Amino acid sequence: MKKKILIVDDEPNIIVPLKFLMKQNNYDVQTAETGEKALDLISSWQPDLILLDIMLPGMDGYEVCQKIRQEKEFNQIKIVFLSAMARSIDIAKGMGLAADDYITKPFATDYVVNKIKELLTDT
Amino acid sequence: MLEQKIIIFVSFGYMGLLFAIAFWGDKRAEAGKSIISNPYIYALSLAVYCTAWTFYGSVGAASRSGATGFLSIYLGPTLMMILGWPVLRKIIRISRINRITSIADFIASRYGKSATIAGAVTIIAVLGIVPYMSVQIKAISTSFQLISQYPDVYMAKTATSLSATKDTAFSVAILLALFSVVFGTRHLEVTERHEGLVAAIAFESIVKLIAIISVGLFITYGLYSGFGDLFTQASLVPKIKQLFVMEVNASTFTGWYNALFLAMMAIFLLPRQFQMIVVENVDENHLKKAVWLFPLYLLAINIFVIPIAFGGMLHFFEQCASDPVCKQTLPETFSGILKFTNGIVDADYFSLTLLMAKKQQGLALFVFIGGMSAATGMVIVETIALSTMVCNDLVMPVLLRLPFLKLEQKSDLSRLLLIIRRVSILLIILLGYLYFHYVVEYYSLVSIGMISFTAVAQFCPAVIGGIFWKGATRRGALWGLLAGFLIWLYTLVLPSLGQAGFLSQDLLTNGPFGIEFLNPTHLFGLDVQLLGFDQYTHAVFWSMFTNIALFIGVSLFSTQNAMERKQAILFVDVFKYSSESEKSSFWRETASVADLRMLLERFLGKNRTDDALSLYARQHNINWGKKLIADAGLVSHAEKLLAGAIGSASALVMVRSVVEEEPLGMDEIMHILDETQQIIIYSQELEKATKDLEAANERLKELDRLKNEFISTVTHELRTPLTSVRALAEIVQNNPDLDAQKHHRFVGIIIKESERLSRLINNVLDFQKIESGQIQWQMTRLDFREVIEDSIFSTGQLIEEKNIDLTLDISNQAGFVSGDKDRLIQVMVNLISNAVKFCDPEYGKIQVGMYAETIKTGGNENRYLKVFVKDNGIGISKKDQEIVFQKFRQAVAGSKGRPAGTGIGLTITQHIIDSHGGRIWVDSELKKGATFFFTLPLLQ
Repeated sequence: MKKKILIVDDEPNIIVPLKFLMKQNNYDVQTAETGEKALDLISSWQPDLILLDIMLPGMDGYEVCQKIRQEKEFNQIKIVFLSAMARSIDIAKGMGLAADDYITKPFATDYVVNKIKELLTDT
Repeated sequence: MLEQKIIIFVSFGYMGLLFAIAFWGDKRAEAGKSIISNPYIYALSLAVYCTAWTFYGSVGAASRSGATGFLSIYLGPTLMMILGWPVLRKIIRISRINRITSIADFIASRYGKSATIAGAVTIIAVLGIVPYMSVQIKAISTSFQLISQYPDVYMAKTATSLSATKDTAFSVAILLALFSVVFGTRHLEVTERHEGLVAAIAFESIVKLIAIISVGLFITYGLYSGFGDLFTQASLVPKIKQLFVMEVNASTFTGWYNALFLAMMAIFLLPRQFQMIVVENVDENHLKKAVWLFPLYLLAINIFVIPIAFGGMLHFFEQCASDPVCKQTLPETFSGILKFTNGIVDADYFSLTLLMAKKQQGLALFVFIGGMSAATGMVIVETIALSTMVCNDLVMPVLLRLPFLKLEQKSDLSRLLLIIRRVSILLIILLGYLYFHYVVEYYSLVSIGMISFTAVAQFCPAVIGGIFWKGATRRGALWGLLAGFLIWLYTLVLPSLGQAGFLSQDLLTNGPFGIEFLNPTHLFGLDVQLLGFDQYTHAVFWSMFTNIALFIGVSLFSTQNAMERKQAILFVDVFKYSSESEKSSFWRETASVADLRMLLERFLGKNRTDDALSLYARQHNINWGKKLIADAGLVSHAEKLLAGAIGSASALVMVRSVVEEEPLGMDEIMHILDETQQIIIYSQELEKATKDLEAANERLKELDRLKNEFISTVTHELRTPLTSVRALAEIVQNNPDLDAQKHHRFVGIIIKESERLSRLINNVLDFQKIESGQIQWQMTRLDFREVIEDSIFSTGQLIEEKNIDLTLDISNQAGFVSGDKDRLIQVMVNLISNAVKFCDPEYGKIQVGMYAETIKTGGNENRYLKVFVKDNGIGISKKDQEIVFQKFRQAVAGSKGRPAGTGIGLTITQHIIDSHGGRIWVDSELKKGATFFFTLPLLQ
């Protein structure tokens, strides 16, 4: 059974390479451009891992993360922040919300792919 | 038999010794090795308080009424020293700073250096002290007569013997006067301090103390075997036994408290006490030790008063019993006088007569010397103090005001000052003699002393009120003093003159012209019997009552002049202004140094002036050679130096004569107030400037914060396209077998994102140019339709990708404007990109349009081109509408949602529109989209 990955980002040109990479590595991929859409998909589709941007229109990535972590049934979902906000305070805030990792943009593709593999083989 | 020659020889020898001590004291002071600069000498010098009144009179008082008769006179000073030392310390501090020379100077200085007050205080002091002076003359002459007739103890009361006494007293007065003149005014220089005198007085205090203790010891342990024996024997005699208990009734009670109050005042208000405690004080700290040393001295000198009284009574009552005349005339209560066949024995002189009766020749002579010590000490210090006051506060002010004397032109006045002082000493003692001659024989030593105490107590409200209450005015002080003084004259002096037969006795019994209401012995119908007031209590009551009432009342209803106000503050707040009194000068103007020096030399002599001025120069780093004009500080200093010699009131007059300006008048005060006003305004401005600075600082901080946010936003914005570029480039590189379609698409994105990067960087650079004003405008005439078309072409791909429905609303008419085409395209691209970014993500709709508009302002018609870009996005709140154009601001900031780009796009846009003479604004409602409008002036 393929692992499911949800990509949440409002930049189509960032979704493109991410989607390509996930598919290439045999994951099931869905995308969402807003936090609200992401939460809908999480309930209906129940992904194993979320690549979560922070600067989103409307609800931001932190809030999305917080909402997921509040629900017991989503406890198993891995959350990886993928953000251009690279200040240590932003990273600390993300990790403080019980995310599994925080990767700053721009990223090395190998690093992202390996990190996802690592997180998903843990379980 | 004691030969008179021997007595006179010993007396003069003793006086010579005093001179030697005084001479030695002065020499040491000149050498800078002061012998009086220690608290023990200081405390001993205060014992000038104990005069012949104490030395002889206390014994008499104790014989008449036991301990109540004399003790309060010594408890008063004890209380004042122990409880009232803060008052004394304040007076000492004030006097040192203001170079006060006397009690008159002190009071006058407090009330605006008023010559009137100085004169009034001087007159009260001189007249008040005269009876006291006469007591000393009486004591010395009586004791001299007694010891001359050794071993006969009886004083004849015949007319011839009386006139003999008076002759003796006259000689004594003359000798005392000469002695005081020589003693007090030995120096040509006039200073307020007399170190040698203090040393001599301290020595006299030791002599009188040892003398009285010697008599006491002789009686207690020589005639009897100790206190127990003496008191047991005394208790066997009914007339003595009744003195063992204090008779408490209204009269003794009020009398006791009255004496206590008077003594408390006298200890520092008597001119000689003020001289010793305040003027001659070398170091304020000496007061701390004197506070207990002086009461100790008083205790010591009083210990044997009762034993001496009892011893005398035991002896003379026994004699009396065997004398027929005395036996018959002895009244129920002992009045202090025993009338024997051969003459009388006065209890006042028991210490002397008892020794004579017991044939103690040497000891009797020593007691005589002790009594003389007590009397001369008082006379010398009192006359020096009073003569200073008379000279400085009574004579000089008058002389200085008499133009025909031309005192201003005399080069050296210090001689004149000395002459005035010498003459005043003579006159004061002469007055004392006259009072003795006509009045004193009817009174005991103590009761005469009380008259003087009551007089000086009149200074109390002006002094105490003056140093604690700034509101006390010159008028209040003057009215209080004069009223108190007049009542003193009327209730105490007048009756004593009446007693002496100068006035009809009718006045004392029925009041003046039979008006009982004004009877000097019970004024205003005061029921003295009921209250238990004796004549002293009665006088003190009325004089202090009117004095205090007028002092406070008139002060409250009168105003102070500027000088009074200043002095009031200097006195009351002395501990606050101690160090800066010289700076707080009252003189606004200056004097020539030469004039000032000449003035000082006239009163102080050349040497002292040189010394004083060179000291001042050293302290203030002044070169006299260069300094020709004395500033306010120096003028004030000179005035103080002069005050030390001639008192503050006269010093003021003299300094005024050489200083160009009068002291501050109303104009000057207004001027100063004006300056103060200026300073207030200035400080208000300063405050405002500070506030502005603070605000600016806040703005800078805010700007700093915004700049940090800007940097973080810009980096965020740069990272986003970079992310795409890098990720896609890596994919292309790692996947050589990528299909052509994907390859093409990915590389396309890479190119587009690179362009986005360039735009961002250009925006930042533009912004930097705008900020530094380096933009170069390429102005041409252009049709704005072209601008819109070009902009839509640039953003076409963006619009297409987002599947946005764009409608153009461009009228057919061309809109010609003058502008920089590239910059105006930048404006449109910015606005359209923003609209693309924020319009609804699903069904994005953007409207772009332009039309001409005519705006009437005043009489002019201006035609504008109005352009708008409308989206259907989330909209901008009213609050945010105000800030979207500000640099670094983003409509949706921080953690909530996506930022509006770098936060500088709209700032650049606004700047470009402004530079084209247009205006830009936004119209929006939340969730209903936003419309950006801008205008540009149309070319005709």
